[in-house]
Amino acid sequence: MSRKPYVREVPKTTWYMRNGRYMRYMAREVTCVFLALYMAGLVIGLVRLMQGPEAWQSYLAGLSSPVAILFHLIAFGFACYHATSWFNVTPKAMRIPQGDGFVPGKTIVGAHYGLWGAASLVIIVLMGVL
Amino acid sequence: MSERQITFEVLRYNPETDDKPWVQTYSVPCQEDWVVLDAINYIKDHLDTSLSYRWSCHMAVCGSCGMMVNGEPTLSCKAFLRDYKGSKIRVEPLSHFPIERDLVVVLDDFMGKLQSVKPYIIPKKEKPVEEGEYKQTPRQLKNFKQYTMCINCMLCYAACPQYGLNDDFIGPAALALTHRYNLDSRDGGRSQRQEVVAQHEGVWECSFVGACSEVCPKDVDPAGAIQQMKIASTVDWYLEHLMPWRAK
Repeated sequence: MSRKPYVREVPKTTWYMRNGRYMRYMAREVTCVFLALYMAGLVIGLVRLMQGPEAWQSYLAGLSSPVAILFHLIAFGFACYHATSWFNVTPKAMRIPQGDGFVPGKTIVGAHYGLWGAASLVIIVLMGVL
Repeated sequence: MSERQITFEVLRYNPETDDKPWVQTYSVPCQEDWVVLDAINYIKDHLDTSLSYRWSCHMAVCGSCGMMVNGEPTLSCKAFLRDYKGSKIRVEPLSHFPIERDLVVVLDDFMGKLQSVKPYIIPKKEKPVEEGEYKQTPRQLKNFKQYTMCINCMLCYAACPQYGLNDDFIGPAALALTHRYNLDSRDGGRSQRQEVVAQHEGVWECSFVGACSEVCPKDVDPAGAIQQMKIASTVDWYLEHLMPWRAK
């Protein structure tokens, strides 16, 4: 008897639509695009600053346009999703021995949120908001 | 005990007569306490003796009866019918593996990968039996015990989209077992395994979807093992390049 195994092809471009789990993964990955766009905006800001006060003022004016505000709101939402989805999986990569067991996952995730909060607070203080 | 009539849609494939798989439906009178495997056994015993599938222990230990149940990689002996609403259940062979016949998949690829990571203890230094056993504390055991629970059922491979797209990937179970031996205090074989682990098709093919750990019936957490090995391999790389004088 000869063998004739049948191979089921996985769709190369739509594979992530097969399953909610894969969709969540893609959401985590794709949201980083908005972080990259935001960073590109910051780099443009630095270039405009180098070009002089007028260029800087027009950059600031551009930032206060409704489109820019809407983009930043969306980017902030996606950045939060991206960051928290990564925070929540950190215990898998960090297995820290403690006593007879390991540091609980909740503690590791909590520490990430804590550091995030602390870093945000420092930046807000440096900006002179508080 | 009450009976429930369930329609099973089973993917069939006979390599001698079929060019591609097709779906056959069976109506099975199921008992309340049955698992999917019981229903498949009923089909085999009473409705269609030609149905091929693997099973052995019926208690989630042997790892033979993995199947896609309603699209989810599942041990059919652990899939209680009471957890499935509706009157239809679809059963298919494990995804990402070639179908040998009906619900039986080809294991060769996984077996080769398992061998390639040397999943056995390679002692730091061989010692004669007269010198006694290799001792280990409970704490040292705890470091890797979770990864010893793997039963090679391959559900993680069926769940892993990376393996589905590129079957050169060593994959979750083989890598989790690599981690298990690397973490064992009696073992000294890590450098031998690193050639497989640190290559692109090793840990770096994993993009941390995490599906392997979600479907694992023994809570092995292969995704965690792979991320920990990525960190260890990265540390290796930095040590090698920043401190080349450091003997490995």
